[in-house]
Amino acid sequence: MKIINKQVLTEAEGVRTTKIEVESPLIAEKARPGQFVILMVSEEGERIPLTVVSAKRDMGTITLIFQEVGFTTKLLGKLNTGDSLYALTGPMGHATEIKNYGKVILIGGGVGIAEIYPITKALKEAGNSLAVIIGARTKKLLILEKELKETANEFYVTTDDGSYGRKGFVTDVLKELLAYNLKLKAYSLIYAVGPIPMMKKVSHVSRDFNIKTLVSLNSLMVDATGMCGGCRVNIKGKAKFTCMDGPEFDAHDVDWEGLEKRSKIYSDKEKHICKLYNL
Amino acid sequence: MKKIAIQPKELVASSRTSGFREVVSLYTEGEAIKEAKRCLQCKDPVCIAGCPVGIDIKKFIAQIVKRDYESAYFTIREQNNFPSICGRVCPAEYQCRKACVMTKKGLPFASENAINIHFLERFAGDYGMSSCGNPKSEFGNRIENRKVAVVGSGPAGLCCAGELARAGVKVVVFEALHKYGGVLRYGIPPFRMPGDVLDFEIDYLKKLGVALAPNLIIGKTKSLAELFNEGFSAIFLGLGAGTPLFLGISGENLCNVYSANEFLTRVNLMGAYKFPKYHTPINVGKNIMIIGGGNTAMDAARVALRLQKISKIKPNTSIFYRRTENEMPARRLEIEHAKEEGIKFEFLVQPVELIGDKDGYVKKIKCLRCKLGEPDQSGRRRPVTIKGSEFETTSDEAVIAVGLRANQVLTKAVPDLKVDKWGDIEVEPETMETSIKNVYAGGDIIGGEGTVIEAMGMAKRAAKAIIGKF
Repeated sequence: MKIINKQVLTEAEGVRTTKIEVESPLIAEKARPGQFVILMVSEEGERIPLTVVSAKRDMGTITLIFQEVGFTTKLLGKLNTGDSLYALTGPMGHATEIKNYGKVILIGGGVGIAEIYPITKALKEAGNSLAVIIGARTKKLLILEKELKETANEFYVTTDDGSYGRKGFVTDVLKELLAYNLKLKAYSLIYAVGPIPMMKKVSHVSRDFNIKTLVSLNSLMVDATGMCGGCRVNIKGKAKFTCMDGPEFDAHDVDWEGLEKRSKIYSDKEKHICKLYNL
Repeated sequence: MKKIAIQPKELVASSRTSGFREVVSLYTEGEAIKEAKRCLQCKDPVCIAGCPVGIDIKKFIAQIVKRDYESAYFTIREQNNFPSICGRVCPAEYQCRKACVMTKKGLPFASENAINIHFLERFAGDYGMSSCGNPKSEFGNRIENRKVAVVGSGPAGLCCAGELARAGVKVVVFEALHKYGGVLRYGIPPFRMPGDVLDFEIDYLKKLGVALAPNLIIGKTKSLAELFNEGFSAIFLGLGAGTPLFLGISGENLCNVYSANEFLTRVNLMGAYKFPKYHTPINVGKNIMIIGGGNTAMDAARVALRLQKISKIKPNTSIFYRRTENEMPARRLEIEHAKEEGIKFEFLVQPVELIGDKDGYVKKIKCLRCKLGEPDQSGRRRPVTIKGSEFETTSDEAVIAVGLRANQVLTKAVPDLKVDKWGDIEVEPETMETSIKNVYAGGDIIGGEGTVIEAMGMAKRAAKAIIGKF
């Protein structure tokens, strides 16, 4: 659970995106694209889920990328190379089904860009042709651009403020791609990870084109072993646990409003504790 | 004239609810001896038959009378690995105390006058904790060069580990969470099961040579096949009934609707009652409603009320149960404690809908009133809803404590492992062996929510069968 490498990827508007490589031979051995780990920074800490971005089996390490936006991610960002996590468990959740779908669109927003990276690599190796769209609020928040560009057959970047790539949202590009290919029915899968509003919008757009869309949800979790049900989300009217049944779901089945509301349930307490610890 | 039963001292309700200190005090030496002397030392001690693991109750009580507490402690330990735990959480009123000759025949639970066997067990157990920290040397044949994997560190897993270690078997206990104890740690609040008691029992196992591995999920981090490949000759699965059931009614995904498991895990395991020193938050409503009537519901209610006090909110916590107090599966003592602490009880009501505000937070609960109908399979009279009895009640936080079912992390990863329609593992009742050779199971993963001592009974059967094969 020792951090053997740490790198600040970007820092903009007071938000740092950080990459750590953590020693964990057992998890490195087992982790497949789409799976996540649950970690604790200290004994008093929260248990938070983070996607496994890559695993080096020969080194026995896994790579995690996180945006330092919440209390625990800020605390995690304070750790340095040589420090150890208090707890690390995984790999959790189902792995992504990797096969040749044909043409796939992958969409990453903000720190979600890191989460589509392992899927992109795996899908490419499985022979898919990939259109990758990444977006962030501003240029300085973009990560893994080079790596994704190398893998993608088509590559698009958007920024909300127009500081880089195209001004606007990832969904603007998505709409155009789908409209352009409407007659060809070219794309058989869309895979999107990012902030809830982004995934919700992607879902709305792709529903009109009737293309299967997978999203990887980042619900609040406690144990992440199916024990508490805190991460439950309404899927086609039924409560599913993100930790056990997910983290991937068909975007068109997700109750986005419910998910969005539940994701904010501790925001007051989060602000309070950040202030208290000067984070 | 019969002497009246000695009750241990308890913290006063008004002061104990401002924190998480243990409610029931330990018997003083004088109280323990007085209570032990009330035991009739029956020629045919029927109480022993009432104990799922057959502790020699008559003998250990006699040893307390003789002030030979160490012997009493080890008498219990012969059959029960965790006297201090069982002395606190065993539903004695349905078991040994119900069997005690001082309980009138035909009562659903023990008479008040039945010997307080559980309090005496705790007395001996806590004496052992402070004075006999080292395991007694074991005799007989030691089994060398065998190792067994135990999955889960709850009551079943720990007990199985202890039994095997005593016989000389090397044991490694794998735990998914960062702390050991299973439901004893995440489920039962510290005012009933203080953390140091658990820590003692776990340390004791370590002294017996048991190794423990936290943060490791068998079925995810490692598979059963890998464990066998690593040289484990047998595997015991004490997975627990870890998955909460919901009511299946509208509004259950609203904000501030918790499963009892989540509510209790946040508080007990993650220390949310010490927020912000501990970082896991929990929301505390002004009007908390607990739905259910078991021990978990009592625990959740008493935790909720304490959280309200700590948060300087006027305590207002209610339990909604669809039958009456008589049918409540909770321990009588816990029901009494909940009442003393000011928990309100609404009987014969069934929630049918949770209603939220525009931000998605629960605000009201719609219920129907019930009456009792014919007995069901459990022998308890079935609640029948009354048409037109609908009413709404204000509540800004709901905790659903209507039971658990099997955790399927492992069973889903091992298709060969036979499970029943509820997801419980199927076993041979004599040996607790599953459909996979040399894989055993016990505790709540068999037959759902049982008691600590029932889990121990199964774990012991499995340990015996495992040893028998060596």
